[in-house]
Amino acid sequence: MKKQTEFSDLKRGRGKEIWRLFRRNKPAMIGLVLFLIIVLIAIFADVIIDEEQCYAFSGAPLESPSAAHLFGTDNLGRDLFARLVHGSRYSLSIGIFATILSLAVGAFIGAACGYFGGWLDNIVMRFFDVIASIPGMLLIMVLVMALGQGMQNLIYALMISGVPGYARFVRSTVLNLTDMEYVQCAKSYGTGSFRIILRHVLPNAIGPIIIMLAGSVSGTILAAASYSFMGFGIQQPTPEWGAIISNSRQFMRLAPAYAIIPGMFIVLTAMSINLIGDGLRDALDPRLKD
Amino acid sequence: MTKYVIKRLLLIIPIVLGVAIIVFSIINLIPGDPGRRMLGPMATQEQVELLNDQLGYHLPFFQRLGNYLKDLVQLRFGNSYKDGTPVIHTIMSNFPYTLKLAILQTVLYSVIGISLGVLSAVKQYSALDNIVRVISISFSAFPSFWVYMVALLVFSLYLGWLPSSGAESWKSYVLPVGCAGILSASSLQRLTRTTMLESIRQDFVRTARAKGCAEGTVIWKHAFLNAMLPVLNQIGISFGMLLGGTVIAESVFGMPGLGTVIITAVNSKDVPMVMAATVFLAAIFCFLVVMLDVITALVDPRAKAKLTR
Amino acid sequence: MEAQSRQTKDRVPAVEVRDLSVEYHSGGSVVHAVNHISFTLEKGRTLGLVGETGAGKTSTALALMRLLPDRVSVIPNGEIRLKGDNVLELPESHMRMMRGSIISMIFQDPMTALNPIMTVGNQIAEAIRNHASDKMTKEQVNRRVEEVLELVGIPAERKNNYPLQFSGGMKQRVVIAIALACRPDILIADEPTTALDVTIQAQVLALISRLKEQLGTSMIMISHDLGVVVRTCDDVAIMYAGEIIEYGSVEQIYGPGDHHPYTVGLFGAIPDLKSKARRLSPIDGLMPDPSNLPTGCKFSPRCPHCTEACRQQEPPETERDGHIIRCHLFGGEKV
Repeated sequence: MKKQTEFSDLKRGRGKEIWRLFRRNKPAMIGLVLFLIIVLIAIFADVIIDEEQCYAFSGAPLESPSAAHLFGTDNLGRDLFARLVHGSRYSLSIGIFATILSLAVGAFIGAACGYFGGWLDNIVMRFFDVIASIPGMLLIMVLVMALGQGMQNLIYALMISGVPGYARFVRSTVLNLTDMEYVQCAKSYGTGSFRIILRHVLPNAIGPIIIMLAGSVSGTILAAASYSFMGFGIQQPTPEWGAIISNSRQFMRLAPAYAIIPGMFIVLTAMSINLIGDGLRDALDPRLKD
Repeated sequence: MTKYVIKRLLLIIPIVLGVAIIVFSIINLIPGDPGRRMLGPMATQEQVELLNDQLGYHLPFFQRLGNYLKDLVQLRFGNSYKDGTPVIHTIMSNFPYTLKLAILQTVLYSVIGISLGVLSAVKQYSALDNIVRVISISFSAFPSFWVYMVALLVFSLYLGWLPSSGAESWKSYVLPVGCAGILSASSLQRLTRTTMLESIRQDFVRTARAKGCAEGTVIWKHAFLNAMLPVLNQIGISFGMLLGGTVIAESVFGMPGLGTVIITAVNSKDVPMVMAATVFLAAIFCFLVVMLDVITALVDPRAKAKLTR
Repeated sequence: MEAQSRQTKDRVPAVEVRDLSVEYHSGGSVVHAVNHISFTLEKGRTLGLVGETGAGKTSTALALMRLLPDRVSVIPNGEIRLKGDNVLELPESHMRMMRGSIISMIFQDPMTALNPIMTVGNQIAEAIRNHASDKMTKEQVNRRVEEVLELVGIPAERKNNYPLQFSGGMKQRVVIAIALACRPDILIADEPTTALDVTIQAQVLALISRLKEQLGTSMIMISHDLGVVVRTCDDVAIMYAGEIIEYGSVEQIYGPGDHHPYTVGLFGAIPDLKSKARRLSPIDGLMPDPSNLPTGCKFSPRCPHCTEACRQQEPPETERDGHIIRCHLFGGEKV
C-alpha cells in the first residue's frame, strides 16, 4: 500500500516538473495560449457567429474585408469570417481524431508485435513494409476514391496511412524496453505479459509518444487541408479551410485576401501545436539539454 | 556483400507485387464500371457491356487480380481507360519532369537543412540556435499549397518576374523548388540538430579532442560523419516519397509531371494508369531503400556487420 | 648551460595542481564537483586518485586536459601546471598541441571511446599526424602506427579493422595506443579497467605499467579499486566530495597508522580473504549532494567520529612525512 502511494507521488512530481520546465519555455506557452484560443473558437463557433452565415449569400461576391464582413466574402458572396470560424471545427477534429485513431490502432498492433514477436510480428511488419512503399498521397487519394469523399472517410484514409508509422515506432520502443532490466525483473517474478505492458512498458514509452503525437496532429491538419485543396477531402460548400483555399485559387488575383486569410488560420493552428510539441520535447526529454 | 545486394534487390519483387495486390483491391471498391466511364453517359448499355467484357471486368475479382499480376510480371502495364494509349508511355514521358523537380528540391532543402542543423547544434542555445529553431518550427506549420499560391501571387501575378505555368525554362522551377526547399529544410534541420547533438556528446568525440584534433576536425570528421547516417537515410526516404508527392507543386504551378498524371487518373478512375503509376513509384522507392542500406553499410561497418550477418 | 637548464626543466614536476575547483552550472543550481584540491605529480611517478563515483576524479582529469564541457563548467579558482606551463592561461591552439603530445588520456569505456566508422589504424594515425612535423611522410606515419599497435600487443595487420571487430580488452589496447602514440609526458588513466572482464583487467594493467616504465611517462591512475592502485601507484590521493581528504605514499596509505575515517571505511569495505571471520563494514549513508554540500567536514554526516567541530569548521590539514590527512581527529600540526 505504502509503495503505491510513493509511486503515485513520484508520478505527480514528474508531472509537476514537466509543467515547470514547460512553463519556462516562452514559445511553448505562446503556442499553448494560441491553441487554447483556437479550441475555444471551435467550441463556441455558434456563439461567435451563426452557422447559417457560412452558407448564406449575404454580400456581393469577392468583397474586400469590411465592418460587415470582417474577412470579406467568397466568390458566392458568403461571409468568409463565418466560414473560417466554423471551419476550425473540421480542421481540429480531423487532426485530432485521425491522429488518435492511428495512434490507438498503431500502438495496439505495434505493442503486440513487439511483445509477442514471432510469426505475428513477421507477417504484420512485412505487410506494413508493403504499405509504406506506396507513395502516401497516392494511397490516400485512392482510399478516398474507394471510400467516397467526406470528412469521415478522409479521417479513415489518414488513419490507415498513419498506422504503420505508429506501429513501427511503438514496436521498436517496446522491443527496447522489454530488454531493459526492470522489465526482465518484473518477468522474473512472474508478472503476466499484459500487466507488464500496461504497468512497465507503456508508461515508459509515453514520453516519446506524446512528442510524436504533437507533431502528428499538426502534420495531419496540414495533410487534411492539402487533400481538401486537391479535391480529395472535404468538398464545397462545407467550410473546410483547405477546400476554401482551393476555391479561392481562381480568384487569387481579384481577391487575394480570400486566398491568404484562410491560410493564416491553418498556419496559426499548426504552429501553435508545433510550439507545444517542441516545449513538451524539451520538458520530457532533458537528455538533449545540457 | 554482392550476394546480399542481389538478395535485397530480388526481395523488391514480392513487395511490389504486394503493393499491386493492395492497390488493386482498394480500386476494386471504387463504384462504377470502366465501360461506362470510358464511353460516357451517352453510350448504350450494350456498348458498355461489350467493352466491360473485353476488359475482363465481369470476371470474378480474384481472377481479374490474377490476370493483372500475370501481366505485371511480364511488365505489361496495359492501356489507359481514358485514351487507350499504353500507360507506361505516359508515365515515362512525364516522369523526367517530376524527377527533375524532386532532385532540385531535395538538393536545396538538404543543403539548407543540414548546414543550419549542424550550426545550431554546434552553437547550442546561442541566439542563432534559438532563431533557427523558431523559424524552423514556424515553417513546418506552413501548408505547402498555400505557400505556393502566395508565392505565385507575388512573384508571377503581381511582380511578373516568373512564369505562372509550364516547365519550359529554368524560371519555372524557381518557385516550386525555392518554396519546397525552404519549407522542407525545417524538418531536416531539426533532425540534423538532434543527431548532431547526440553525436557531439559521444565519448569518441572526446577521444578525438584528447588526441589533439582541431575543433573543425572534431566536428566535421568525427561528430558530423557519425551524425549523417540517419540524416542521409531520411533524405533518401523523403526523396522516394517526393517522387509521388510533387502533385501539389505541379498543380499550383501548372507544370507537367507524374503528379498531374496520377491525379487525372485517380479522378477519372483510370485503373491501369493508377496501378502502373503506383507500381512504378513503389518499385523506385524499394530500390532507393536498398541503395540507402548499401551506402550505409559502406560507410558504417556496424551496419555492414548487421546486414551481412 | 644547456645541460643545466635541462636539469631545472627536469626538476619541474610533471603536474602541479594548486587550489583547483570545478563547478557545473545547470538550471540555476551549482554542482561543486571539485573543491580546492592541490597535488603534485613528480616526473616518472604514478599518482592514484581514489574515490567513489561522483567524488570528482574525472572532473579533475578533464580539467587537466582542459576538456571540461565549456558551456556548463566553470573553474572559479586554481592553477594547473603541466611541465611548468599554466594550462588555464594557454590559448586553445597551444592547448590543443599539448593534448596527445604532452598529456594524454585513456578513457573508462573502450566500447564508446573509439569512432565506430574509422579504422583503428586511421584513428591512431590521426593522433600521430596531429603532432608530427610536416616532414613526416605517409609511410613514416604508417610505420609508426604499426609500431604503436605492436607495442600494445595488437598485430600490425589489424590496423585496417574497425572497432567493432575488436573485443573489449583489445579496444582498450587501441585506446592506449592512441594515448601513447605521441609519447606523452603525462598519462591520465581514467578507470581503464572498470569496463573490462576481470581476466582482461590484469593484462591491461600490466600493459599500462610496462609502457609507462618503458616510455618514462608520469601517470595519474584514477580508480575506485584499491587493489588496482596498490599494484600501479607510488602515491595515492583519496578523494571525497571533491576534496582530497588523505594523501600519501602507497606505504603510508596502505600501512598501519593514522588514517582519515573515510579511508578506514574504504578499506573496511573490501572483503579480506585471510581473515574470514571479519565482516565487511560498509560506510553508512551516501555521498552528499554536490550541489548542496554540508558545512564543515563534508564527511561528517557519515563519520562515526563526528563531533560538533566537524559539523561547523573545515577540517585542518595534518602532515607527517608528506602524509596529509584532512580531519579534525588529528589536531592539524605539521611535522
